[in-house]
Amino acid sequence: MVETSSVLNLSWLVPAFPLAGFVIIGLGNKHLKNHIAGVIASTMTLLSFLMTCVLFFTFSSSGNQAVTQTLFSWISLGEMHISFAFLVDHLSLTMMLIITGVGTLIHVYSIGYMRADERFNTFFAQMNLFTFSMLLLVMAANYLLLFVGWEGVGLCSYLLIGFWYKNNSNNYAARKAFVMNRIGDLGFILGIILIFYTFKSVSFQEVFTKASAVQHGGTLITLITLLLLVGALGKSAQIPLYTWLPDAMAGPTPVSALIHAATMVTAGIYMIARSSILYNLAPLTLDIIIVIGLSTAILAALIGLKQNDIKKVLAYSTVSQLGYMFLALGLGAYSSAVFHVTTHAFFKALLFLGAGSIIHAMGGEQDIRQMGGLRKKMPITFYTFLVATFAISGIPPLSGFFSKDLILTQAYERSPLLFSVALFGAMLTCFYMFRLLFLVFFGEKRFVNLHVHESPKVMIIPLVILGVLSVIGGFLNIPALFGGKSEFTAYLKTSITSIELNGTSISTEWILIAFSLALVGAVIWGAWNNYVKKEHIPNADDQPMRLLPKLLYKRFYIDEAYSFLFEKPYNFLSGFFSEKIENNVLNPIIDGTGSITLRLGTYLRRLQQGNMSFYLFAMVAGILLFIVFILIV
Amino acid sequence: MKEIASAIQLIPLWYYIMLSSALFSIGLMGVLFRRNIIVILMCIELMFNSVNLLLTAFSAYHSDPAGQVFVFFIMIVAAAEVAVGLSIVVMMKRNVESVDINLLHRLKW
Repeated sequence: MVETSSVLNLSWLVPAFPLAGFVIIGLGNKHLKNHIAGVIASTMTLLSFLMTCVLFFTFSSSGNQAVTQTLFSWISLGEMHISFAFLVDHLSLTMMLIITGVGTLIHVYSIGYMRADERFNTFFAQMNLFTFSMLLLVMAANYLLLFVGWEGVGLCSYLLIGFWYKNNSNNYAARKAFVMNRIGDLGFILGIILIFYTFKSVSFQEVFTKASAVQHGGTLITLITLLLLVGALGKSAQIPLYTWLPDAMAGPTPVSALIHAATMVTAGIYMIARSSILYNLAPLTLDIIIVIGLSTAILAALIGLKQNDIKKVLAYSTVSQLGYMFLALGLGAYSSAVFHVTTHAFFKALLFLGAGSIIHAMGGEQDIRQMGGLRKKMPITFYTFLVATFAISGIPPLSGFFSKDLILTQAYERSPLLFSVALFGAMLTCFYMFRLLFLVFFGEKRFVNLHVHESPKVMIIPLVILGVLSVIGGFLNIPALFGGKSEFTAYLKTSITSIELNGTSISTEWILIAFSLALVGAVIWGAWNNYVKKEHIPNADDQPMRLLPKLLYKRFYIDEAYSFLFEKPYNFLSGFFSEKIENNVLNPIIDGTGSITLRLGTYLRRLQQGNMSFYLFAMVAGILLFIVFILIV
Repeated sequence: MKEIASAIQLIPLWYYIMLSSALFSIGLMGVLFRRNIIVILMCIELMFNSVNLLLTAFSAYHSDPAGQVFVFFIMIVAAAEVAVGLSIVVMMKRNVESVDINLLHRLKW
């Protein structure tokens, strides 16, 4: 019998495996041949996943006590003592299982997807570095170490979005993501500083213990939570910092699946759920989160209705789903948000990998207007995509139904208005997903001269596994309504302090579910009617559009508005400073200093002519002057 | 020793001061206005020795031998300095065929 504490003290192995993979592949970049790098990277993530499973079962059998493992003292300055410590508890274990589990599948898939890429080894090195940083983020036992992981995933996101750097627009997308995240990070680090200032510590345990003494709804705690929220808005792509995520689709599709759907973008939600004790003290911040989350969910879903790039649709869908998670956070139902993170990781990773499989088969084509009729050619991709579409649309008994329904019910408990807006968003989700499905897989084929084929096994197997997970993922948290015990919510209870909502009667819940299911059915029928029966294909880009569709197609001109509001004035100021101030003010000052010294130098130079008698005379005269000066004064 | 000190004290201190000032000024003028480097070195020696004279005189009047010990040190240093100085003069003579210090301005960078 192994001592349980000694097993839990091995938690550092979980991030160590991907780090080792990164080092091995990074150093052997030039020497690793025949796709061995992909195998190494996948093995390391798999080992990490197995280690997480071991931790999970040990943890469950040893009484579910949160364990903080301090590796070493990291920063020690005056009053500040920050240790490099990992926290293993219910929440971090949940996140670790998602990251390593889904991560392993995506790594395996990437071996097939990236097979022909010349920078195959670099890709896997960066993927492993990402996995390491993400694990560091969720396992950190204090805010500062969390921030290190937070920046690490930001870096990997930047590197992988701009992975195909030869196309300059990819570099612009990467830079956009980086700058947008930087705005959020500034808020986050200010929040950490304020936390340290208030609680004299950044470790979760101490901060949450001391937080009980803080006044409920006080200014300081509201400010802290708002600053942390700014960080979360950047990372999790919420209004007003969401525009980087759709552009991040410039990266390879497995990257979009792993970083921009399943894991990294949920870091903000994890962080807020982790800080639930602080957020419970700041009702104002929670209200702001509700407004931001709900408006992001609706706005992104509206934009998703009219996009024609398969990955763009999925990207806006991700933004919209993240909005739902924020809605749940704002309601104080943190564990529902984490539950939606889990199911979303399954079905959205599946959707992206399915999209990758399609793009792979279509030779890089991403425009859904050029697809159609793929159902027969790629049956496995079709069925898994269908499962994921059902899941995200919330059709029982798939995973998305349970998580989304939980959030909708909780919204209803807060206010029926929130419920109806959220339900409207869910209908939009359902519509754009079925539009995508029908346009890609049904109807006549709209491409020529392409030998479309099913993807290789190495890509199909992860799809099937994720498909199974998307089906059964919801059973983790069966609500009382269906005779379950909400195991997932109960499991997270010790890590997360949720706000208790009023609860509704069973009959009201039945009515809500029946109502939303009827609407979902109607929406699917509408999409079927429009895109399969009438074979309505979205217009080409140059065709005139009516006002509203055009507004949606152009994404409400928000990118243009940002460009007009921030980019243009910034460029104007830069130009002004570089041309006017630099040329007319700074340059003359600096050049003037130089030329004055030079001119004075030419005068003083005459003293130094090498005549020794003169030097001696000057010396004696100087001494005499000195003596005279002393005698007089 | 006592006799020497008393012998020195036979002459008033003022005389010593005047003499050494005169020697010092002669030396200084020589350094400033002569162009022959050997003469300049000699004038520097003269200035040294005027100071030495003053030191011994003060030492005798104060009955403090420290001043005379200083004089020995100065003489030793001056000897070393003259050795270096004269060898420079020899090198100078070899290279510029002259001992005129005004010709040294060629050394300027």
